Amino acid sequence: MTITTAKDKTELFAPAIRAEIDRWVAKYPPEWKQSAVMGALMIVQDDNGGWLTTQLMDDVAAYLDMPSIAVYEVATFYSMYELKPVGKHKICVCTNVSCMTNKSDIIVEHLEKKLGISFGQITEDGRFSLKEVECLGACGGAPMMQIGKQYYENLTPEIVDAILEGLE
Amino acid sequence: MTDSTITIEVDGRELQAKAGTMLIEATDAAGIRIPRFCYHKKLSISANCRMCLVEVEKAPKPLPACATPVSDGMKVHTRSPRALAAQKGTMEFLLINHPLDCPICDQGGECELQDVAIGYGGDISRYTEGKRVVADKNIGPLIATDMTRCIHCTRCVRFGDEIAGIREMGATGRGEHTVIGTYIEKSIDSELSGNVIDLCPVGALTSKPFRFNARAWELTQVEAVAPHDSLGSNINLHLRGNKVMRVHPRDNESINETWLSDRDRFSYQGLYSRDRLMVPMIKKSGEWIEVSWEIALEMAAAVFSEIKETDQIGALLSPVATLEELYLAQKLMRGLGCNNVDSRLRQGDFRLDETQTQANWLGIRVSELDALNAALIVGGNLRKEQPILAHRLRKAALAGAGVSYISPLRLELNHKHRQSYCAPGEMVGRLAAVAKAAGVKAGGAVAKLLKSAKADEFARATADALKNADSSVVMLGGLAQAHPDFSLLCALASGLADATGSRLCFAPSAANTVGAQLAGAVPHLQAGGKPADDKGLDALEMLKLPRKGYLLLGVEPGMDFWNGALSQSALQSADSVVALSAYRSPELEACADILLPTALYTETSGTYVNAEGLWQRNRGAVRPQGEARPGWKILRVLGNLLNQQGFDYTDPQQIGDELHALCDESPLHNKIAEPASLEPQLTTDGLLRAGDTPLYAADPLVRRATALQQTKDAGVAAIRLHPQEAKRQGLESAQHALIKQNGYQAKLPLQLDEAIPEGCVWVSAGLRDTAMLGQPFGEVTVEKA
Amino acid sequence: MANEVCLRTLDLERPWLLEQYQSRGGYEMLKKILTEKTPPEAIIEEVKMSGLRGRGGAGFPTGLKWSFISRNAPGQKYVVCNSDEGEPGTFKDRDILRYNPHQLIEGMIIAGYAIGATRGYNYIRGEFWEPYERFEQALEEARNAGFLGNDLLGSGFDFELYTHLGAGAYICGEETALLESIEGKKGQPRYKPPFPAHFGLYGRPTIINNTESLASIPMIIEKGGAWFADIGVKNSGGSKLFSISGNINNPGVFEIPMGTPFSELLEMAGGVKDGRRIKAVIPGGSSSPVIPGDQMMELNMDYDAIAAAGSMLGSGAVIVLDDTNCMVKILERMSYFYYEESCGQCTPCREGTGWLYRVVQRIEAGQGRQEDLDLLDDVAGKISGKTICALGDAAAMPVQGMLRHFRDEFQYHIDHQRCMVGVG
Repeated sequence: MTITTAKDKTELFAPAIRAEIDRWVAKYPPEWKQSAVMGALMIVQDDNGGWLTTQLMDDVAAYLDMPSIAVYEVATFYSMYELKPVGKHKICVCTNVSCMTNKSDIIVEHLEKKLGISFGQITEDGRFSLKEVECLGACGGAPMMQIGKQYYENLTPEIVDAILEGLE
Repeated sequence: MTDSTITIEVDGRELQAKAGTMLIEATDAAGIRIPRFCYHKKLSISANCRMCLVEVEKAPKPLPACATPVSDGMKVHTRSPRALAAQKGTMEFLLINHPLDCPICDQGGECELQDVAIGYGGDISRYTEGKRVVADKNIGPLIATDMTRCIHCTRCVRFGDEIAGIREMGATGRGEHTVIGTYIEKSIDSELSGNVIDLCPVGALTSKPFRFNARAWELTQVEAVAPHDSLGSNINLHLRGNKVMRVHPRDNESINETWLSDRDRFSYQGLYSRDRLMVPMIKKSGEWIEVSWEIALEMAAAVFSEIKETDQIGALLSPVATLEELYLAQKLMRGLGCNNVDSRLRQGDFRLDETQTQANWLGIRVSELDALNAALIVGGNLRKEQPILAHRLRKAALAGAGVSYISPLRLELNHKHRQSYCAPGEMVGRLAAVAKAAGVKAGGAVAKLLKSAKADEFARATADALKNADSSVVMLGGLAQAHPDFSLLCALASGLADATGSRLCFAPSAANTVGAQLAGAVPHLQAGGKPADDKGLDALEMLKLPRKGYLLLGVEPGMDFWNGALSQSALQSADSVVALSAYRSPELEACADILLPTALYTETSGTYVNAEGLWQRNRGAVRPQGEARPGWKILRVLGNLLNQQGFDYTDPQQIGDELHALCDESPLHNKIAEPASLEPQLTTDGLLRAGDTPLYAADPLVRRATALQQTKDAGVAAIRLHPQEAKRQGLESAQHALIKQNGYQAKLPLQLDEAIPEGCVWVSAGLRDTAMLGQPFGEVTVEKA
Repeated sequence: MANEVCLRTLDLERPWLLEQYQSRGGYEMLKKILTEKTPPEAIIEEVKMSGLRGRGGAGFPTGLKWSFISRNAPGQKYVVCNSDEGEPGTFKDRDILRYNPHQLIEGMIIAGYAIGATRGYNYIRGEFWEPYERFEQALEEARNAGFLGNDLLGSGFDFELYTHLGAGAYICGEETALLESIEGKKGQPRYKPPFPAHFGLYGRPTIINNTESLASIPMIIEKGGAWFADIGVKNSGGSKLFSISGNINNPGVFEIPMGTPFSELLEMAGGVKDGRRIKAVIPGGSSSPVIPGDQMMELNMDYDAIAAAGSMLGSGAVIVLDDTNCMVKILERMSYFYYEESCGQCTPCREGTGWLYRVVQRIEAGQGRQEDLDLLDDVAGKISGKTICALGDAAAMPVQGMLRHFRDEFQYHIDHQRCMVGVG
C-alpha cells in the first residue's frame, strides 16, 4: 500500500523547530519563503547533532514549498552544512595565510595527535571531529579555530588543551 | 525596451538588430557563427560557459555575445585575435576535465563540444593532472547519464525549471566539484524529459533506449509528423537502413517549437514490438493460421458481402489512423450502405451528435495559446494528455494568465492556477457554478443546471478572469470527453464561453481526432465534415446493440474503448470481426476472425489533421515489417473486392486530395446548439469510479514502447482511494481490493492517494489489467479482496 | 586622527549598547534627517562629496552607487549590507558588528531614506555567531527605541532591518552572489548588467554596500562630506579600517586616515615579529598582488599609491610576511583557497582555479617542470577578465603578482626541488 500524499506541514518538525524556522520566514516577503532555507537548514542541522540527512532536506523543502533539488543545491554549496555525521564538537581550524604564517600547522598537528584523527574524521567516541576551514575573519588572533559557535584565537598547543578540557 | 532597429557592425559587416536583443541573436540571424554551449534560444541566459566571448570595441574585456545587449554603433569582432584567444582559452578549460572517450560516446559525431573543439581546441593537452570523474546515478529508463562528460552548461537544469516546470535536476556542490544531476537516485518524471538529451551539448545526457545502437553518421533523416496527441509535433525519423533508430524533434515554431514530448520521442520502440503482426492470419476452429494476402482479403470481403442487412455491420476506427485510412474505411462502409462508423472510441455521451453540424477542433491556433490571458480547463489533465499543449498553456500562465481547472482529481500542475477538484458526478455542478457566476442566460437543460448551481469563490474568480481577459478559452479535455455527461459539460462550456467572450475549445485527444471528423469517420458527419444524410450508430451503440460483423482499424478491444468490458463482449459475440492491425494481442485474437497486418505511421504515407486543423503528411519512411501493408492499400483492395466505385487509387495523395476537395474552406467550428432537455447521467451520490487513460496507454503503439512503459506515466492498474474514503470502505489497511462495476469485477492493488476526491475510486482505463471493467466514470463498489 | 569614524566608540565600556552609542551622539543624525525632512538628494550629495569608496574591496564610489537608484520608481527597494567578511586577511567588519553595531544600523536607515527603501538586510557570514548575536541585540534595542519599524519618530518614513546569516561561502561577498544567497539559492554571481541598482534583491532596485561603508555614513552626515574627504587624500577620502596580520607583533584593526604611510601602520602594529626582515606584503586581502617588503615600506595606504605599485588597496587587509616565508608555499595556500571557493558556475574559474592550484602544488612538492611558470602565467591570464564575477581575477592576481616579484624563488623550487628559504 503506497501513500502518495503531501505531508501536513505540522507533521514535519517539532513545534519548537517550526517556530524557529517561522522566525526566519517572517523576515522575508511572503512570496519568498525560500529565503529562509539557509536559516532552516542550520536549525535542523543543529537539532540533528550537526548534520543533515536527505530526509531533513526534503522536509525543509516541503516546509518551504521548494523543490527538493533546490534545497540539495544550497546544502551542498555552503561549507557549514554537513552531509555526514560530525563530532559533538566540530573543531574547525583555519589554515589560511595569516594563520599559516602563525604556525597553524602546529595546532593542526597537535589536534590530530591528541584526538587521533585527521581532517574530515570523527573520534571513535563521537565527541570530536576535525575540519580544515578557510579564513574565518579573525586573522588578528591567528592561529585560530572555531568550535561550535565559538571562536578561539591566539592558540598554542597548551591553550588548545585547556579549551578541549573545558568542553563537555 | 523599444522595438526600434539599430545598426551594429560585426566583423566589418553592418547588421540591423532590434534594440534590447542580445548580440548572439543578431549574429545568429545574420549567419555569423559564434561558438556557444550554455546559450539556447528557448532558455534563459546564464552566460556561464564563456565560449561566446567576443571583442567589443571600447569594452575593456571580451564580452559574452549571449548576454551583451546590442547598442547602436557597437563594433564587434568575433574572430579577432583577442576574441579568438578568449574563445580558445575557454575551450582549453572545457577540455581539461573532459574525458577523451569520444570513440565510445554516443554523442560522438553530433557533439557540440567535439565540433567546436575542432575549430578552437589544441592538439595536445597541457593539463597533465588527473581528470575529474563523476559517479552516475540512474535517472530513469529514458535518459542515460555519463556525468563525467558534463561541461556544466546548465541547459538541462534550466530546462526543468523553465520549460518542464518541475525542477528535478540541479547543480549541487560547488567549484570544480559541481555536479549536475538529481543528487539522489531519482527518476526524471517530466513528460518532456527527453528534451534534455537534445539540449545537452555533450554526451552527458543521452537517450537510453538508443544507447550504443548506432552512430550518428550511419543515420539518415526523414521528416515526419508524430502520431499520438493532437498537436502533430514535427519530428525527424533517424533511420539506419530500413529501421527507425530514434526520433528527434523538428523545429516548428507554430506547433512544438523546438520541443518534443517523451511519448512522441520514444514511442518508436513500439514499432519493433515482438508481437507485430507480420502476415495475414485467419482463425480456423479456434486456431490462428497464416494465410496469403489473397485469401485473407477475399475472406474479409466475404464477411461484409455476406451480411445482407448492412446495418448489422459496425466499423470502429482508431483516431490515430491516417486520414486516408479513416476516409477509405468510412467510404467503404457507407458505400456498402452501412453508416455505423465511429472513431470516438473513448467517448461515452453522444447526445449532442444530432445537432453538431461541423467538425470540432481546438478552437484556437496552437501558437495563440501562449498569449491567453485566462483559461478554464474542464476535465483535462493536459500535461498527461497533450504535453506540448500543456507547455503552451503554462507559458501563458507564467506570463500572468489566470488558469482554472475543474477536475475529477487533484492535478499536479506546474504553474500558478486555481483548481476545483471533485468527484466526477459534481463536475457538471461546478461548471454550472462558474457559468452562473459569469451570468450565463440559457434555456432548456442548461437553465435547470444553472438554477441549482451555487457560485462559490472559485466560480466567481474564474468567471471574472475569463470576462476580464482579452483572450481566453474554455477548454474541454480528455477527462471531460470520457464523462457520461459530456453533453452537459459542452453545453455549459459553450454558454460560459459566449457569456465571457471566450473561445470554446476541445482538446482533441488523438492525432486524427479532427481528421476523423473531416473524413466522415463519425456517424453524424460525412466526408468533408458535413452532416450525414443518414446517421448511423455511434461507437457506444455499436457495442450496446451488438452487430453481426465488425471492421476494426488499428484498435485493441478492451484498451482502446470507453467501456472495455462491453467492447470485448460485443466483439466476441459477433459472427465475424475483420481487424486491420499492426499487432497481435490476446484481446484482439479473442474476438477477431481475420487479422490483416497493417503498416504503422513510419511505414505508410498518410495525413494527420492536427488540433488546429493543419493537414500534415507523412510519406512512408521505411518499408512495412513482414508482409504488412499500408492501410490505404488494404482498404483499396477491399473496396475493389466488394465492387465499390472509386477505389482505384494509385497514390495515397489522390485520396487526400479527394477528401480535401470535399471540405469547405473553414470546415471546423465549435458551435454547440442549446440542448432542450438533457438529464445528468452520472449520479452525484454514492461511490463513483473515475479514470483516465494514462499518457503511455493511449494507443497500441505507445503501449508497446518498452522504455516509456517503465516510467511513472505508464499508469498502473490499481484502485486509488483517498485515505478517508478507504477508511469509510473499511479498506484502510488493505493491500488489495475488489472493484465491481456493471457485473464485471477486478482484484487490484490498493493505493491511498489524497489527490483522489472522496466519494471516488480512481481506476485508470487503457490498461490490460483494467480492460475487463466498464466505462471510466460510473457507479462501482469496492470491497476487501 | 585615529578611530574617528567607525571605531569612535571603541574606548567606551560595552560600546555596543544603545545608550553608549547615543552618549556619543548616535542616532542624532537620523533624528535630524527625519525631523528636518532633509532632501534625500542632499544626503546622496554629501556622500558623494565625502569621497567614500566601497570598503569591501572594489572601491567603487558609494555616493555614485546610490545615485543610480531611481528613487521615485514605484515598488519595494532594498538596502543590503555586505557583512560577509571573508577575504583572507580581513577582519574589520567583525569589529564594527561587535563594537559599534548601532552606527551600522543608523547608516543603513539613512541609506534607506536616501534611496527610498523601506527594508534592509544585513548579510552576516554564518561563522560570525558572536557578531550576529550582537547585531541582533542592537536591532532589538533600535526597534524598541523607535528607530526601526513604521513611521519612524513620526516622520512617516518606515524602515525595517533584518539579518540574513550565511553558511560558509567566500563567493557570497560578491554582491550579486550575496543577493542570490538571500533569495535562498546557491551564492552564484549574476551576470551584470543588469546591476543591482536596477535588478537587485528579489528583482527590485537595491543598493548593496560594505559594512564599513554604511557605518561611515552617520559621521559623514554629521560632520559633512568635506570633513570626511579631508581626512584622507585625493581619490581616497576619509579614514579606513586596516586589518593587519601575519608576522606582526601587534596584529589588529586600525582606523587611520587614507594615505597614511605603510611604515607608520607597521609601527602601530608593533613591527615585524621577532625583529625579522619584512619580505613581502599582501596589501589589500589575499586577492591583491603581493608587493616586496622594501617597496612597500615606501608606499602610502591609499587607492592610488597601492595601484601604482601594481596591486590594490582592496579591503585594507594587510598581511605582512617575514623572510622565513616560502612564497611558493604562500601561493599554494592562496591558490587552494580560490580553488576551494570558486562557485563553479563559469568555465574559466571552475576549471582554471584547480589547474593553477595543482601546478603550484606540484612546484611546492618539488615536482615542478621548467614550463610550469609560463603555464601558470598563461592560465592565470586566461582566467583573468573572462569570468562572470571578479573571483576569477582574484585567483589570477596572486599568481601573477608572485611570478612578477618572486619568480626566482619559484624557479629555484623547480631547479632544485626544494625551497631557497631553508625553512620552507
